Amino acid sequence: MLILAIETSAVASAALVTDHGPPTALPRVRAEFVTEDTRSHAEVLAPGIRQMLDDAGTGPGDLDAVVAGVGPGPFTGLRSGIVTARTLSFVWNRPLHGMMSLDSVAWRVAVDGVHDDAGSDFLVATDARRKEVYWARYRLADGMPELHDGPHVGPAAGLPQLPVYGAGAGLYADVVDAVPGYAMIQPEAGALGELALLRLAAGARPVDTTPLYLRESDAKVPGPRKRATGAGRS
Amino acid sequence: MVSRATASVPPVPEPPEPPVPREPLVLGIESSCDETGVGIVRGTRLLTNTVSSSMDEHVRFGGVIPEIASRAHLDAIIPTLGQALAEAGVELDDVDAIAVTSGPGLAGALMVGVCAAKALAVATGKPLYAVNHLVAHVGVALLDTSLFDGGQLPDNLGALLVSGGHTEILRVRNLADDVELLGATIDDAAGEAYDKVARILSLGYPGGPAIDTIAADGDRTAFRFPRGLSAPKYMKSKADGGHRYDFSFSGLKTAVARCVEQFEARGETVPVADIAASFQEAVVDVITSKTVMACREHGITTLLLGGGVAANSRLRALAAQRCAEAGVELRVPKPSLCTDNGAMVAALGAQVMVSGAAASDLDFAPDTSMPVTSSHL
Ligand SMILES: [Zn+2]
Repeated sequence: MLILAIETSAVASAALVTDHGPPTALPRVRAEFVTEDTRSHAEVLAPGIRQMLDDAGTGPGDLDAVVAGVGPGPFTGLRSGIVTARTLSFVWNRPLHGMMSLDSVAWRVAVDGVHDDAGSDFLVATDARRKEVYWARYRLADGMPELHDGPHVGPAAGLPQLPVYGAGAGLYADVVDAVPGYAMIQPEAGALGELALLRLAAGARPVDTTPLYLRESDAKVPGPRKRATGAGRS
Repeated sequence: MVSRATASVPPVPEPPEPPVPREPLVLGIESSCDETGVGIVRGTRLLTNTVSSSMDEHVRFGGVIPEIASRAHLDAIIPTLGQALAEAGVELDDVDAIAVTSGPGLAGALMVGVCAAKALAVATGKPLYAVNHLVAHVGVALLDTSLFDGGQLPDNLGALLVSGGHTEILRVRNLADDVELLGATIDDAAGEAYDKVARILSLGYPGGPAIDTIAADGDRTAFRFPRGLSAPKYMKSKADGGHRYDFSFSGLKTAVARCVEQFEARGETVPVADIAASFQEAVVDVITSKTVMACREHGITTLLLGGGVAANSRLRALAAQRCAEAGVELRVPKPSLCTDNGAMVAALGAQVMVSGAAASDLDFAPDTSMPVTSSHL
């Protein structure tokens, strides 16, 4: 299989990921583009994808599916990736799958073999702005990350006492157990696509691309207007 | 024998640019506020105008909540796109170009339409034109065959755009590259003032139709509410630091609130219909008088009325009366083309394409305050 993965819950990224190769080999990223900026997704995403497809000589006919990171992440950036993935999937008539964005970091932890404390949990956290993090709790089983709690949004100080991977750890290294070397990494399309391919190949139930906002829209229903009465002004 | 190696090799000819069709088939996407619109036109012919509105979700807040609008755009965009293509009986392959509103508008809302349009361009390889929402409100007039003959805008054209998001007077010489902003609101849009006053009078949302309806039973001369920026000191030209053609509605809203409070403080029944009618008169009076003045002073002989508030009965009546007195032809597109929609974006995109302008680079950013002097990117 060859899939196009798009992930914009933090940085903007896209990747072509394939599992062509020996049956025991892990999926690999054939081409990818990643930005470091977390606020220019609407500008860079489409040209980045076009360039990547052109460079790889890949057309829609080569693709088996489109995969999108569905967050949690800051709303505007997150939506840019989801709407891009939905549109490409619609026009190319290819299946569309959602992936929880924090899984990308959990998969990096699993493949890199950095969390060798077998059977113990770890956390993945990313920047939720407003002095909070998006986070989830994972455990490794047969080399695969399993989600055990979350995703949630909240202050870093409220996280369980476990090693934390991801940019949310680096931001709050004073209050959490940030894992060195992994305290700045972000969800990226490459890792997300690799895990998506493994899950698809294993026949996992597909997930749709409903965004995980985790926060309400902040809109306040205005209260009833204060009536001016003579009595109230005495 | 001549060595072939030294013979000059004719350069490989560049593949010729495909000629621009005279009447391009253009799909336009609009998401600058609370309407998700996809329209398809062939030149100046309207094929479909599909709109999904999140207005109902804003009712309890009494105004458009940007984040709620953005979430609704994300959910609506693909279904609206699919519906538009089906209604028009058009395949994406047949489309000559994509057009999208790149501004002005709400940042998060614009972003959804812009990303969808860019993805459409990537997926289809079609050129993309990022166009100005306000200029598109003018371009839409080309689609209403009852307005102008021959699918062309008249000379000496002006436009008055009134909605919940904008209040502007434009001078339009050429849709693709020559539009001038003569005046605009310096605070609330007229439609926003309607919404706020409707809330003060407990008339519900959206305020425009609610106030228009109840005002019909009121006396518009009952109260004399302020006409913003009409005092002599503001009537200097823009060049002289004045606000001759500009509007302000925040003082008007405050005056209405005061008026209501005074009735309540005295324990009297608030004369809602009279206040609504008098408020509406203040808005419509200042808008039409300044616009007709701008027409007179700029040689504008045809005025196009656009935006959602163009449906307001008193605005239409007073604009018609004052335009007639000034010898200005007034044109109002049908309501479905006045409110925000994708057909207007497609219509402007087609004009920009026919003008020979280059397609937009894919890396443009949505511009929340895109000026009308930039009709496309
Ligand atoms: Zn508008």
